[in-house]
Order: sequence, then structure tokens, then C-alpha cells
Amino acid sequence: MVFLEALMLIFSSVSVGYKQTHHFQCFTKSQITHCLFISLHHFQARQDAAVDVYERLPVPFGLVRFGVAPDHPEVKNVINTFTQTAQHERCSFHGNVNVGKDVTIDELRQAYHAVVLSYGAEGNRSMGIPGEDLPGVFSAKDFVGWYNGLPSNKELRPDLSCETAVILGQGNVALDVARILLAPVEMLKETDITQNALKALAGSKVRRVLIVGRRGPLQIACTIKELREMVNLPNSRADMLPADFEGIAEALKDLPRPRKRLTELMMKAAKEGGDDKAEKCWGFRFFRSPVEVIAGADGKRATGIRLALNKLEGSGESARAEVTGQMEDVDCGLIISSIGYKSIPIDPAVPFDPRRAIVPNEMGRVQDTAGLYCSGWVKRGPTGVIATTMNDSFDTARVLIQDMEAGKLDLSVNKPGAQAITALLQTRGVRTVLFSQWEKINAEEEKRGKFLGKPREKLLDVDEMLKIAWS
Amino acid sequence: MAASAAVRSAVSLTQRFVRVSPDCSICPLYRLNACTGATDGFTAPSRRLRTSIGVCQSGDSSSPEEEERVVNVVYIDRCGQRIPVQARAGENALHLAHKHGVDLEGACEASLACSTCHVYVSSEHYEKLPEPEEREDDMLDMAPMLQENSRLGCQIVLTPELDGMELTLPKVTRNFYVDGHVPKPH
Repeated sequence: MVFLEALMLIFSSVSVGYKQTHHFQCFTKSQITHCLFISLHHFQARQDAAVDVYERLPVPFGLVRFGVAPDHPEVKNVINTFTQTAQHERCSFHGNVNVGKDVTIDELRQAYHAVVLSYGAEGNRSMGIPGEDLPGVFSAKDFVGWYNGLPSNKELRPDLSCETAVILGQGNVALDVARILLAPVEMLKETDITQNALKALAGSKVRRVLIVGRRGPLQIACTIKELREMVNLPNSRADMLPADFEGIAEALKDLPRPRKRLTELMMKAAKEGGDDKAEKCWGFRFFRSPVEVIAGADGKRATGIRLALNKLEGSGESARAEVTGQMEDVDCGLIISSIGYKSIPIDPAVPFDPRRAIVPNEMGRVQDTAGLYCSGWVKRGPTGVIATTMNDSFDTARVLIQDMEAGKLDLSVNKPGAQAITALLQTRGVRTVLFSQWEKINAEEEKRGKFLGKPREKLLDVDEMLKIAWS
Repeated sequence: MAASAAVRSAVSLTQRFVRVSPDCSICPLYRLNACTGATDGFTAPSRRLRTSIGVCQSGDSSSPEEEERVVNVVYIDRCGQRIPVQARAGENALHLAHKHGVDLEGACEASLACSTCHVYVSSEHYEKLPEPEEREDDMLDMAPMLQENSRLGCQIVLTPELDGMELTLPKVTRNFYVDGHVPKPH
């Protein structure tokens, strides 16, 4: 699986003899929103809390919709949980609201007892090398957004007419990209991949994908499920360099179980390769860092990448890549950098640490700002699997509940919540999309999908989404 | 991969087909099939999954007599609270947890695509469980605080010989910062 950002819905209240509703608000941005239900019994036990969720796009669910690979539909099952949560009577979803632009954090803090930032990491780390902006070079964020129907990536139109693609980075996102590039079209056509991407991939000439990392096999960031899917790709073989695996077999016995199983599988793939008659091949290349994108004779597009060869200092998770001075050029027409996501600041009123690209916080309480909390990637950085981020949401929720019970939030004051915000947005010409209106978009996508033999055909255009939502 | 993807989509279609409304007023999370006591409940899809990918069926079949047999299970929740429940043979440990309000997540609805239903099994009962299939092991590898006796709750099917089993929910959130655990990169 790829990455999941959890938006948490907090339901809690302490009975203080008042009958008013305590309003909490979670705000999220596109691509990184989905609601994760904390605990039903919290909700049950505490009757006077309401949670509103604000989202920039008309559609909810964030990375579950836009990040999880199309051929991982079971990972998206969590949408059912989110839907139930969103349909709870004390929860309301407000899509099409750009927080920071349509409404400020301060305005939200005035309308709610507490505000939770759960807007994830919509930026990406750049390689910082010459030629990075040439045609043919993409961030994995954009490439994934393209095949997953993120509206802002619908015009990406990657050129897939080259034979070799190079992916920088070896996390699960990198493997997702590699797998989608090499998967049989017969398999992809039954998923919720966009028709545009499907057509492009059907005509793709890409036959070889190299997945490049700075360090060695023992530092690879992907997980075994994704590696196994590469190994099992039909009509493909693995092509790796024996030299990259020197000393690895000896290190196996001391490894913790997850790392051991992963390394064993990798070594097996490297050794066995696969069917020589396979048309496609993929492989890891280790100890290599990108230093320059090479342009063709006309200087107009990427035709290769220059990689610096590294050696490893230290071992295990903390091993460092050090330069050796040696270089290697690889011919390729498609370069995808998958070296990490990055959060961006949302509003000048919110503290932001540009070095770590997170909102500075103590256990989810935003630094120096009472009543403001953060959760997920914007709190801890953009790593972790579902369980990690989900548990993190639960943590922030617990902290919020603690603060309520300890009197750190002034619950004696009545707060207007969504009523005030919706009215304010209206004066600014912004109309929100309610969950029931998203359900119309959902129905339309499923209907179009059915026609094509797919679970859904995602709408790519925000205006079209709004038209259907408000119809 | 195409074959396994087809199996997975067949399984999830099956799950959707047999899913019914929640049967328990304390648990509106209906993401798992309601357990009506018959084996057409939640357990069936996971069995089908194992059969479809050619794994030998283990001995946890559900003959009519076994279905009548009560299996006592104790959940130990994240606060250390003991929650004893009575189950029927053939029931699934994740679904059972939901039925009794135990705070065990199952984000992917038992399709072996996450690790949120991670539990520790009491050691004498751990030995009695059938070996995990490769896909379960792959998901377990991603679970924070993995132990020797870790299993995914959605893959534990109750049998009479598991009577008295204790399933402990990992205190992931409590220890998250305290022990300085750094999550693995995704």
C-alpha cells in the first residue's frame, strides 16, 4: 500500500451541565483527506460534540482516492468506514472549501472550540538537480495523481514512447509507479484507473523500469507486499546487479523479521531473474544518486540521467551514502522522482517548520496556539503505513479529549460552528459540497464505470463535479 | 498478479454481496458481514480466498456440531481491560471483536491489505492456529510492535480447541512516543 493520511474525527464531550453542542472542526486539503473513525464508543459515550470536516476538493477521502494504486482496491475498503463516520448525525463534511484562501484559520478558530489540521503533504521534495524541469521528468506525486484522476494532474500527458523509465526512490510509491507502468493492460482495465491513463498505458512503449536508491538493499524503504507484486508481474523478469548484493547474505541472520523476509525475497528475485522470454523487465539499482538529467541533442527533453555512485558508511537504518566520485549515465526517456512528499504552510497564522516541513507541535498540540491541533503527515512527516497514521490520529484525538477534560478548552462559550462558516463563505461566493452531494458525484462515477466495466470512472474536472453535486 | 487481483476482486465482490446491515446496536460499523451463526457469515470469503489461491484447507471446518460449540475468548484492550466474550466455532476474531465493541480496527475489511487488526495471541493458543499464509505474514511485517505471537485478527477463525484464548490489542498508541519508536517509511 502507499500512504494514508488520517483525518480524525473527534467525538467527545464532558457533561458540564450545558446542553449546547461542542463544536470541533477538522480541516483537510485535497489529496490528503480522509476521515478515520476513532472509536465508536467515544462517540456513543459523549453526546454533545459535533465535528465538521473541511476539504478543498468537492470529493472526500484524499489519498485513499488519489494515492492508493488502482490495482489495490481492497486497501480502499476503508472508505466504507469513512462513509459511515461522515454520515453520522454529528458529523458534517464541507467540500469545495479552500482553507487559507476562502476562510482563514483564525476565522475557523473563532467559530469552533477546537480546530485540527490534517491536511497532509501535497508538495514533493525535489531532486534539486539540473534538468529536473525538462519534459519527461515528473514527480511521482504528479504521476500517481495522473493515473488516479487528481484534477490538477489531468493534463499531465506523460510521454510513454521510450523503452526505459528510471524511478528515483525505492519506497512503496516508487514500486506502485513501476508496477502500473509494467502491469498488463487487461488487468488495469478493470480497475478505477482513469481512461486517459489506461489509453496512454495501452500504447506505452516502456518495457524496462529501473528503480534507483541512494543506499543499499538493506536500506530499501518499500515493503514486502509491493515487492512481491513486482516479482509476480506477468511477462516480466527481474534484472539486478549481483555487485549490489555483496555482503548481504551474511547480514541476513541478524535482521529483524520484516527486514529479513524482504531482503530474502529481493535476493531470490535478483538471483532467479525470471523468464528470459519475458518482454518486460524491472530492477533495483542501489548506491546511486541522481546528479543531472541529460537532455537530448535538441536540449528539449530528457534522454538520460547521470547517477553518482555511492558507498555506504555505517549500517542498518542509519547508514549514510557517501560520494565516491564515480558516475554512470543511464539512457531513459521517462524519469520519475519518488523521493518523498512535503507539507506546505496553510495559513500565516499557523506556525510552520520549513526545515522539517511540518507544523511544530507537542503530541499534536500546535505550538503556542491553544485550541489548534494537528494530525497525520502534517504533524509527523510523510511516512508510515495505514496503521501508523491511523494510530496517530487516535493519539491526537485522545490529546484533544484530555484537553477538554482538563479544562484547557473553554467549552463554556457557545460556538456557532458550520452555520457561521457557511454563511461567511456564502458572502465570499463560495458554496460548499455536502456529503450527500458528494454521493451524487459518487453515483455518477459508478454509473460511468459500470458502462466501462470498471468500479468507477472518476470525474476529472472540478466544475463538472460541482455541477453534479449541486444538481 | 493478474490472477491474484482477480481473486481479490472476486472476494471483495463476495463480501459486498453477503454484507448485511449491522446486527448490533453498539456497532454500526457494518464493514464486516453480520454473524448470524451460520458459516455464510464473514468467515466464508476468507476461506474461499485461501482455497482459491491453492492453500491447503486447514482443519478449521465448521460442521454443524462444531457450530453449536461455544468458544470463550478474552480480549485485552489497549487499556489492559479484560473483555471476555463467548463465540461460536467458525466465527472470526475481528468480527467477534466488533460485535462486542472491542476497539479493533479492520480498515481493509479483512482483505489482507492492512495491519490494523493486529493482535497478540496467548502463547499456548498461538501454537494451535494454522500457519499464516504468506500474504498475512507480509501484512504482519508492517505492523508496529510485531512480536512472536502476533497475528492478524481477521485471519483467526475460532475453533473449540482455542477455547480460553486471549487476544491482546497492542498498546501502539501508548508507547508510540514513549519508547521512541520510529515508524518505518512507507
